[in-house]
Amino acid sequence: MKTATADPATAVRPARAGLLTRMKRSYDRHWYAWAMVLPVVLVIGVLIAYPLGRGVYLSFTDANELNVAKQLGATEIPATYQFVGFDNYWRVLSGADGEFYPKLLWTVVWTVSCVFFHYTIGLGLALLLNRKVRGRSLYRVLLILPWAVPAFVATYIWRMMYNSESGIFNAVLGQLGMGPVDWLGDTFMQKVAVIGVNVWLGVPFMMVAVLGGLQSISSEQYEAAEMDGASPWQRFRHVTLPGLRPVSATVILLGTIWTFNMFPIIYLMLGEANALHSEILVTYAYRLAFGSVRDYAGAATYGILILSMLLVFAVFYRRMLNRQEVAR
Amino acid sequence: MSTVTQPRKNAPAAHAATGGHRAAGSGSGSGRRKVRGREERSPLASAGLHGALIVASLVAVFPIAYMIFISLRGRAGWTRPTSAEGGLEISNYTYVLTETAFPQWFANSVLIAAGTTLIGVFVAASTGYAISRMRFPGHKSLMWVLLVTQMFPVAVLIVALYNILGRLGLLDSYLGLILTYCSVSVPFCAWMMKGYFDTIPHEIDEAGRVDGLTPFGTFYRLILPLAKPGLAVTAFYSFLTAWGEVAFARAFLSTDSMLTLSVGLQSFIGQHKAEWGYLTASAVIITVPAGLVFLLVQRNLVAGLTAGGTKG
Repeated sequence: MKTATADPATAVRPARAGLLTRMKRSYDRHWYAWAMVLPVVLVIGVLIAYPLGRGVYLSFTDANELNVAKQLGATEIPATYQFVGFDNYWRVLSGADGEFYPKLLWTVVWTVSCVFFHYTIGLGLALLLNRKVRGRSLYRVLLILPWAVPAFVATYIWRMMYNSESGIFNAVLGQLGMGPVDWLGDTFMQKVAVIGVNVWLGVPFMMVAVLGGLQSISSEQYEAAEMDGASPWQRFRHVTLPGLRPVSATVILLGTIWTFNMFPIIYLMLGEANALHSEILVTYAYRLAFGSVRDYAGAATYGILILSMLLVFAVFYRRMLNRQEVAR
Repeated sequence: MSTVTQPRKNAPAAHAATGGHRAAGSGSGSGRRKVRGREERSPLASAGLHGALIVASLVAVFPIAYMIFISLRGRAGWTRPTSAEGGLEISNYTYVLTETAFPQWFANSVLIAAGTTLIGVFVAASTGYAISRMRFPGHKSLMWVLLVTQMFPVAVLIVALYNILGRLGLLDSYLGLILTYCSVSVPFCAWMMKGYFDTIPHEIDEAGRVDGLTPFGTFYRLILPLAKPGLAVTAFYSFLTAWGEVAFARAFLSTDSMLTLSVGLQSFIGQHKAEWGYLTASAVIITVPAGLVFLLVQRNLVAGLTAGGTKG
């Protein structure tokens, strides 16, 4: 703790004497705050903004493994990639590279279905847990358990269960007299399989978040609604859902961003060769960057596109929420 | 609707007594069903409630229980998924701990995750405080930046970071990966800490100021000690984030002895051989200790996450 806070003097911005007096006054008033945020601003600048800038630049070039600067033995080979303007973006967005729109479609389906199941199942379980039930805390702990499992571990467990020859699912299907399902080979079942894993992993977070939201709704509102003769459904519709709005807005936004960028489940579940039809944009971009011939420019282009889409989504989502807030 | 004001338990009786006064308007005829309150339910509903919770709990627990079961079934136990024949043994555990690089990977993961956590929390705490309490120019945009960095897919930074680390000679090193993870953890820690500081009453700051403390003094002497639970939760979460990260680790690490768990485990299930016994044993060793701590802190964790968002 000491290092972050004890020596603010060294982190103070250089004095701006001689500049506009307005800035001087602002500096006098706010230098405490600026000094306190400086470490994070530095880290963000060095570790995020600069690489992001490099990434944007790379997306305007034709950089790949063959033409970037590299060290071969003792000799340094200079970079020979060139600036190509919007070529990469044009190739991707016009559909010329053939991968973007199918992968975008699947990424959207993946995100929407995962977040939908996360939220509805999480909400349902939270509503159940919010009642007076015997053994409530035991249920709660059991239901939270999946969240305690790191994503890569969970993916491996499920991959074992999905195994087409020795997996438990097919063993159970076999004992029920049904034929085996090629969970990880068939394109459609792959998608079902990865959504299943992600839903299993993500529901506990939603459940706990919604439960917290439910408990923050004052019971007086419910009592008033009961007095007014509101049915359970009406109470849910007009008291519970509006009361959950702040929490829901946050977790749905976070959940969408996380799911859109969910890397380990799809990458580890399907392996590198097997995933061609079930890749989302992020895993595809990753394979471009570190696949057989490393297409750095292509990966950067995809990365920037993904980021732009999420930004646009976040802005519209916030704006929509604000409008609803005003309308109420 | 608003005229029904009797206590709900004896609603029908009260209805009859006062019915004359409010026959108009309310429209609540004698055939109106009694509204069930929140804490009342029939035995059937109770059974349904427990049934749903039991089924959900089974779904939640089964994969974990199954992982533990397979890990105790010996090297080839996974090929007979539904049989318990031959009993349980710990041979997978002893093999993984003594014959493989697993302990080394474990140590690598701990080191990298701990380094990330330390830097993340130290650097982020004061920022969280400043955003929570001070309205300074740039306050709003910094909040936005913290949120936006949550959206960074690995694909945006990974190529540039790879090239930069390569030039600095930091690929395949602890420091390189720690720095990389800081790009994830620092904004996130600041975000969570902001949410936690919001829950500490402002009166404490004011009292400190009245007593002649500078903003730094208030933060360091008064607020930080109060924020210990928040710091712990934030630290734990960023630890877990680094602990389970796959994409950067896989791209940046290449030497076998440098791998983290998330990358190393893959070698148990290569293209041609699958050692699920070893893999599940490793998975249990990874999950159980972290999982226990997780269960202790999870309640605060969610509060921290959502508080950061809702009061933005």
